[in-house]
Amino acid sequence: MAITPPQYLLHHDGDNVAVAMMDMQPGTLHGRSVKEGTESTAVLNHAIPLGHKFALTDIASGEAIIKYGIKVGLASAAIKKGDYIHTHNMRSYRWEASRA
Amino acid sequence: MGSKPRLMGYRRENGAMGIRNHVIILPLDDLSNAAAEAVAKVIPGTLALPHAFGRLQFGEDLELTFNTLIGTGVNANVAAVVVIGIEPKWTQRVADGIAKTGKPVAAFSIEGKGDLQVIQEASRVAAMFLQDASGLVREEAEMGDMIMSIKCGESDTTSGLGSCPTTSQAVDRWVAAGGTVFFGETSELTGGEHLIADRCIDEACRNLFQLTYDNYIKVIESTGANLLGSQPTQGNIAGGLTTIEEKALGNIAKTGSVPVVGVLKPAEAPDPKKKGLYFMDSSSAAAECVTLMAAGGAVIHLFPTGQGNVIGNPIIPVLKLTANIKTANSMTEHIDLDVSGLLRYEYDLTKAGDMMMDVINQTVNGRLCKAEVMGHREFTFTKLYISA
Repeated sequence: MAITPPQYLLHHDGDNVAVAMMDMQPGTLHGRSVKEGTESTAVLNHAIPLGHKFALTDIASGEAIIKYGIKVGLASAAIKKGDYIHTHNMRSYRWEASRA
Repeated sequence: MGSKPRLMGYRRENGAMGIRNHVIILPLDDLSNAAAEAVAKVIPGTLALPHAFGRLQFGEDLELTFNTLIGTGVNANVAAVVVIGIEPKWTQRVADGIAKTGKPVAAFSIEGKGDLQVIQEASRVAAMFLQDASGLVREEAEMGDMIMSIKCGESDTTSGLGSCPTTSQAVDRWVAAGGTVFFGETSELTGGEHLIADRCIDEACRNLFQLTYDNYIKVIESTGANLLGSQPTQGNIAGGLTTIEEKALGNIAKTGSVPVVGVLKPAEAPDPKKKGLYFMDSSSAAAECVTLMAAGGAVIHLFPTGQGNVIGNPIIPVLKLTANIKTANSMTEHIDLDVSGLLRYEYDLTKAGDMMMDVINQTVNGRLCKAEVMGHREFTFTKLYISA
């Protein structure tokens, strides 16, 4: 399985967020989906640490963040493709009293 | 997979199979910790299990404390138990609960005697128990004889990608071999609880699971508190997890693909005739959860971590695995298995599962895990409400 180590992973094709596999600087990255094994490239707009997320599409405020093919939260602000996503622009949809 | 590994354990009087051979000095209550710890000093090789509760609890909360104490003594990793309490009645109740297994148990109470006399009397019995336990010999064991538990901690996004799927491999293999596995962390299923409900083996199991989950969440939500920083924790957030739903899906990624055959109350033991994957209602706090699972009969625990939780348990090995390369490199004294290579595509999930099973087999056969080597013995009770 000689595969170049991916710089980001998404769980499923169709997820709108990906996870950085190392501390990353802004730029074009190569990655893949774990479930389907689809290879892709994506542009990262911000420096983010290993394990943190960035957007694969534009996500309007109030729209769903999809990971594992499942809604894992809502955008609490407008998110551009390539933007860092964390507590500053994403919140739980289940626990209303759980937000930055 | 290669040839079937040879597993060796301690067959207890009631048929349960353990992988450790502890003689424990079990305080009934906080007041008896000093005497219990003194006995363990007088007789090195025995293990005191100090804890913070056991006085003026009532109702369901008291029952849970009894069940935790009795279940800990009953656990097949324990060869013999000395129970020490402030007064004789509750002390005897715990000793009687443990004695049903047929294993050696003795009870001592402090009122009317004082610590020093109790320490002397209990030490004489502990010495005898320890010597007898040391003569027990390991015999052939099957995975089907043993209960494994799983719970993750200080999770991050690498948990759902690497260490939890690796744990899933072990869960599926353990159950396929006829074994039983516990998972829990009730609040940490939020956003993916329907996935667990869908895996319940029948309607009764599904209804009980849903009721258990709903009741737990009702209590949490009724506080109205801002949960961000508690669930997900500050460590989870530092590791890139943003919401409870995102954390929950990583958590669920470690539960394998087998059906859920039953729902257990905290510290409840499963029906020994019904093997498979059980959900145990429990806190997601590491030490509380593992203490409850050990009290329910788990003899080995798999603990996927992202940012590096260091938890152990006094009577069961807690094996840590991580797919976070930084954690694997910076916390080597705590991490039993580094599966970060999975995320670099150096090997596949089946191979990661093989690596996990190798570590499990060695640990079953007596090799100490990192938490045991480091002396992590967190024994932490779940408290349901205030004491009287």
